[in-house]
Amino acid sequence: MDTLAVTGSLSSIGYGLAAIGPGIGVALVFAAYIQSVARQPESAGLTRTYLFLGFAIVEALALFGIAFGFVWATG
Amino acid sequence: MVSGQVSLLADARPPFPPGVGDFFLPGIAGAYPWLTKFTLMVWFAVALIILFFLVSYRKPQLVPTKSQWLAESMYGFIRDGVAKEVIGARDGLRFAPYLASLFLFLLVTNVFGIIPFLQISPNAHIAFPATLAILSYILYLAVGVRKHGLVGYFKLAAIPPAPGYLLPLLIPIELVQNFITRPVTLALRLFANMFAGHLLLLVFTLGGFVLATSSSGLIKTFSPFSFLMAIVITLFELFVAALQAYVFTILTASYVESSLAESH
Repeated sequence: MDTLAVTGSLSSIGYGLAAIGPGIGVALVFAAYIQSVARQPESAGLTRTYLFLGFAIVEALALFGIAFGFVWATG
Repeated sequence: MVSGQVSLLADARPPFPPGVGDFFLPGIAGAYPWLTKFTLMVWFAVALIILFFLVSYRKPQLVPTKSQWLAESMYGFIRDGVAKEVIGARDGLRFAPYLASLFLFLLVTNVFGIIPFLQISPNAHIAFPATLAILSYILYLAVGVRKHGLVGYFKLAAIPPAPGYLLPLLIPIELVQNFITRPVTLALRLFANMFAGHLLLLVFTLGGFVLATSSSGLIKTFSPFSFLMAIVITLFELFVAALQAYVFTILTASYVESSLAESH
């Protein structure tokens, strides 16, 4: 009798793994933005564009994780 | 999610967990399977934006009325904050109308995801983000080809300024990035955000019902927390809707800018 059996799709674990890298990446992007604004408050507007650009590009990998988790869930 | 709610009232046990099937809505009119809630919502969004701008700009005044101020500041936000800022003061103005329309359409359709009775964003279905991404793709390719010529644009897009011995490595990366990854990520980012947001709302709302109908009294007490979490996620979705509309617009602008850039 297996009392500790786990059922479900392995892709949910895969998504957890896929979210580690982008999680750290997004944190680095925002940390760098906060630091740059603290050092030079006038640059806040100038660097905000790059903040969202970098955030969007880094975040894409985690979103691939969501999409492909569903795509390959039944495979 | 309407069909989820309907079956929820019909059966004692709510359907759980929610899945991909919840995103394929049935056709409204029997003879036209393509006429779904998504189609109506997109028409509604377009009509809403066109009517708003027509009405608020019918009699433009030097001292703007409230709605004229709103319309002007929304267009101005994209023109000054995105088009001029990213593409440049001279070329940016040409693209401001497209970027502003794109931003407003995305904002309205994304916010549909948390409006009662609409409650799902058309962008949670890959077809709509894909169409918008293809439009942006064609735009930045056409702009690049028109400015640099076909060969010139391919050179700009494929050959980065790097030492010669690195080029065999960099050229494939640049090609894949400029012609495949960019449009795919553009569509997928918007789609996955809206899809995941709607799924989260479904999980916590349906989960609240599942916990409430549980046979164990201990589990029943956790049901309100699930509904509370659904409310928190709804507020978070408002933030994500605005952010993703902005990000899509700013990335389109950035791709157009890279097509317009002088050769390295």
